[in-house]
Amino acid sequence: MRTLSRRLFLKVSASAAATLALSKLSTALAWAEGFYREPPWKRKKPYWGFGVDIEKCIGCGRCADACKTENDVPREPFFFRTWVERYAVYKDGQVDVDSPNGGIDGYPALQDPSALAKSFFVPKLCNGCENSPCVQVCPVGATFKTEDGVVLVDKEYCIGCRYCIQACPYGTRYFHPVLKVADKCSMCYHRLKRGLDTACVEVCPTGARLCGDLSDPGSGISKFRENNKVQALKVHMGTEPKLVYKGMDKEVR
Amino acid sequence: MDASLSHALHEVLGKVVGFIYPNEIELQWSILIVLYPYITGLVAGAFILASLERVFNVAAVKPTYRLALLTALAFLIVAPLPLNLHLGHPERAFNILFTPNPSSAMAMFGFVYLWYLMAVLLLEVWLDYRKDIVGWSKSDPNPVKRFLYRIGSFGVDNVSPRSLEIDDKLGRAITLIGLPSAVLLHGYVGFIFGSIKANPWWSTPLMPVIFLFSAMASGIAAVLLLYMVTSALRRRPVSMDCLDTIGKYFLTALILAFSLEMLETLQKTYEAEEHFDILSLMVEGRLYVSMVLVQVVLGALTPMALLSWALALRPSEGVRKAFYAASAVLSLIGIFAMRWNVVMGGQLFSKSLRGFTTFKIELVGREGLLAAGVVLLLPFLILAVLLYFLPPWEPEGSPAGSKD
Repeated sequence: MRTLSRRLFLKVSASAAATLALSKLSTALAWAEGFYREPPWKRKKPYWGFGVDIEKCIGCGRCADACKTENDVPREPFFFRTWVERYAVYKDGQVDVDSPNGGIDGYPALQDPSALAKSFFVPKLCNGCENSPCVQVCPVGATFKTEDGVVLVDKEYCIGCRYCIQACPYGTRYFHPVLKVADKCSMCYHRLKRGLDTACVEVCPTGARLCGDLSDPGSGISKFRENNKVQALKVHMGTEPKLVYKGMDKEVR
Repeated sequence: MDASLSHALHEVLGKVVGFIYPNEIELQWSILIVLYPYITGLVAGAFILASLERVFNVAAVKPTYRLALLTALAFLIVAPLPLNLHLGHPERAFNILFTPNPSSAMAMFGFVYLWYLMAVLLLEVWLDYRKDIVGWSKSDPNPVKRFLYRIGSFGVDNVSPRSLEIDDKLGRAITLIGLPSAVLLHGYVGFIFGSIKANPWWSTPLMPVIFLFSAMASGIAAVLLLYMVTSALRRRPVSMDCLDTIGKYFLTALILAFSLEMLETLQKTYEAEEHFDILSLMVEGRLYVSMVLVQVVLGALTPMALLSWALALRPSEGVRKAFYAASAVLSLIGIFAMRWNVVMGGQLFSKSLRGFTTFKIELVGREGLLAAGVVLLLPFLILAVLLYFLPPWEPEGSPAGSKD
């Protein structure tokens, strides 16, 4: 009797394990077939995203300037939450990129405009990665993603190890020389929460920047993503940026 | 903001080549972060050398067993110092232990470190020395030292053969745990760099393995040198058998580390991804001296040639000693250069892959050269204290390096 019950027990547990394994496997296979992962903004409201229309940017640098004022970013030309890069692509294939003082003071004249094939401005800021490398590596959890999708730094908790700055593929973080903590674009979270636009969006004279709620199908940012062919930076790294660009050239990194 | 930092950054700004993201002008990790993997590497390497005697019964390296353990301990005590000096908020360092982020490699530091220090190294040293500590607590002419030894014995003064046998068994078990722990300690340091996908100079699964083998080479080199120097200071002969055996392991570690580094270089060159141009420009330019000349030619190829010569052709003892010492010095320099090239190289080029920044090392300040010098000197002072209280030498009368 004892042997029988043991055998029965083994049989039952083995078949239970097999069933469980099979069901898991079939779920995995079904998922792999679809290759669809629901974006978080289908589940969470609101969920903030950012868009840049490169065709509209005139490189005035007012965004970078306003950002420094709004967020107490040091004025020295080594610390930026956002900046504007100028790309000059020449007919012979040469590419020159510059962003003196983040574009705040304008740009020097190009040496030989007649040799130019095209030129354009690219505003840069936190890419709002869904899989943020900075959040991943922060040893103490001082860098975190909010419920509504914004990556922030708790400046009261950051130990200042700078690992997150190394881990950001986009160079959008810097070490705050006064606070001695990592700092980055917060998407003006304090303004978003009050229903305001970010400072950079607010001052942009051409509407090249826009920020909004991805979970609202009627929002500007949702329409921008829906109606345009948009790209993101360094997508091969799997960071899944929520910052997208319209009209981006292959030279932009 | 600090005027000197602003001044230094303006100076660097003038030396930027090509385009870099504006936040990249400041180098985030300084010479202190170069020292950190260097020091933990010495710990891991010295410990692995010590384990050879204990676990694998390599009797020839016995004269260096205790010396290697104490060397590992001295360097391990200093290991967190460069990290702490570097933090923006050192007073918040304990956040890393209280609220570790499980997805962060760096968050594991506190645990790996404490485990290795407390559970492995201190325990192993204590078990190995317990018999002597009990003896010294009774026989030392200095009453203060007798008192300290009595505290050090933690009241466990049973030195019966049975008790010593238990010590030995426990010690062996701890070494068995210690080996993977040493591998973990340094492999994890490699992973801190190797797992950063944003940085093509760092991001490779080979990084922890390369770090580990170069750590072994540096730890072995350090103990080899310390053994020769302390023997000379004590006017005792060194055991050639011991030196030759260590030389073999030293060469093996060097060959493994070098082959893996070359494999990585070959792979990166052959694949020639989008970052290849900027990285090869860096190796040919800003890293040429520290990488090609110091790390590869002086720090790897030369000691490998000298060691192979000493081991294969067996020149006279004097020549062999000179070769071993020279190889140890060269590879210690070369491996320091390797850490330098990893840490600094990874920050010199822009993640836009369009330009380079440069570095400026201050002499004074929390992250200056002087601070780095102190951090590097401190383990030797600690080692001197450890050697004073816990002399690792064979008792007088028995010739140094005698086989058991």
